[in-house]
Amino acid sequence: MYQEIILDHYRNPQHRGLRDPFDAEVHHVNPTCGDEVTMRVKVTDGVVEDVSYESEGCSISQASASVMSDLVIGKKVDEALDLEREFLALMQSRGTAEGDEDRLEDAVAFAGVSKYPARVKCALLSWMAWKDATAKAIDAPLDLPAQEKP
Amino acid sequence: MTLTDPRAGAATGTSGFDVERVRKDFPILSRTVHDGLPLVYLDSAATSQKPLAVLDAERAYYELHNANVHRGIHVLAEEATALYEATRDKVAAFIGATDRREVVFTKNSTEALNLVAYAMSNAETTGPEAERFRIGPGDEIVVTEMEHHSNLVPWQMLARRTGATLRWIGLTDDGRLELGNLDAVITERAKVVSMVHQSNILGTVNPVETIVARAREVGALVVLDGSQSVPHLPIDVATLGVDFLAFTGHKMCAPTGVGVLWGRHELLEVMPPFLGGGEMIEIVTMEGSTYAPPPHRFEAGTPMISQVVGLGAAVDYLTELGMPAIAAHEHAVTSYALDALATVPNLRIIGPPTSEARGGAISFVVHDETGRAIHPHDVGQILDERGIAVRVGHHCARPVCLRFGVPATTRASFHLYTTTGEVDALVEGLHGVRRFFSR
Repeated sequence: MYQEIILDHYRNPQHRGLRDPFDAEVHHVNPTCGDEVTMRVKVTDGVVEDVSYESEGCSISQASASVMSDLVIGKKVDEALDLEREFLALMQSRGTAEGDEDRLEDAVAFAGVSKYPARVKCALLSWMAWKDATAKAIDAPLDLPAQEKP
Repeated sequence: MTLTDPRAGAATGTSGFDVERVRKDFPILSRTVHDGLPLVYLDSAATSQKPLAVLDAERAYYELHNANVHRGIHVLAEEATALYEATRDKVAAFIGATDRREVVFTKNSTEALNLVAYAMSNAETTGPEAERFRIGPGDEIVVTEMEHHSNLVPWQMLARRTGATLRWIGLTDDGRLELGNLDAVITERAKVVSMVHQSNILGTVNPVETIVARAREVGALVVLDGSQSVPHLPIDVATLGVDFLAFTGHKMCAPTGVGVLWGRHELLEVMPPFLGGGEMIEIVTMEGSTYAPPPHRFEAGTPMISQVVGLGAAVDYLTELGMPAIAAHEHAVTSYALDALATVPNLRIIGPPTSEARGGAISFVVHDETGRAIHPHDVGQILDERGIAVRVGHHCARPVCLRFGVPATTRASFHLYTTTGEVDALVEGLHGVRRFFSR
């Protein structure tokens, strides 16, 4: 589970620290373990211009926020949402999928996490927060998967 | 490959208590995890493991005696009822209750505590006999800052239903109750004081007598959450002096699904019911019903019969070993663990640092070699890879984490079957965790 890529992002998180300007800010928590993330999103002309966050939590959730923001910044919102769906599918694969490294880049390092049901929500926290903030930023409803009861 | 089994523990010096013999009664303790690692189970505050005697009792109940209780005149119904009611006698004796009618079976501690809280708001629409339980605007409910959510949220809900005010006793930096301003927190307006006996997150054993003395001065009811004390300490309700005691079976070697509310008979006699249904009634017409006397007034519907039978077997098992001997063993393991954990650099104990007035649930925060806190989820994951089971998170006591400024803790918790060898495995594992995250 603890791939070197994950530990690298954990030690040196990218895009951390809340920045202006932003269109929407959300606060998501993982009630079972106390992980929290505050996420800001700036969308300009259908492109994810900026993602910034403050977060507290385990190495998996911290690294995931870093990898996610690295991946989606600069992408079209639609492309970023496709990546979110791919990452969600990878996390729900229970260790049976590897993920497409050409598309998910560093995020494929989380494939191993999908074998640990208790940790999947750690990896997904920042993605769900980003999706929620993006929905608010573009003022369009995006389906968030129901939080699994741990 | 030969591995020294970390579970083999040195005797703790408690006369007559043989932990290795006790462990043989718990089949699960000899299983392995992750392809051959011995299981080191340090999560007994979440739930205890079950001895063969309990498993056998439940199986025998279903194989030989299964029937519904308190109804039917056939052999099985009578045997099932006798087994169910025998546990009531065993539990009463176990906690020093002189009247078996004071023992009410519930689903768990949570339901037992909710029972009292709902009875209090139901008193609003009950006759004058329930006056003692009435609560409304201007009245106060007092809890402590170290409550498990099960002894906090029901009281928050009661306050919301009735307009009463919730107050709480704060905590000191070493995880004890802040008693300096007790008289200002528990005032004449207090109708009920509900507190935990032994904290599930801090391990603190609270001075019940001090709180009871103040509650008596102001005429407040006292409810004690014994979820973490009844399984580990000799309990005598007469000595404790409280009005109600809630505890759960699954933390004391019994199955899940059964708990107990003990209450003084004179109070239960006038306490309004919480759940309505079969078995809790006296006379039913289409217009209305009268209720059965306690304990049956509070046991609506078909109860958890096999679990109650299992609880009876667990009480027998613990009684035979002797709660004083169990408490002494756990105290020795706890002292050993506090000393051993002190050898881990930068480890911060959340709770009393000494074993005085403290039980075997130890919460802590681990830091890497640069001084950065390692999140408990990561600690728990690395320990699990070594076969060590601990609990991580806020332990259903989030206000305690807020009080101590940590998002979560790692908790190791012990029981009658815990060995010092397992504590050694934990400490070695924690050194490993630090090395891993300091790379």
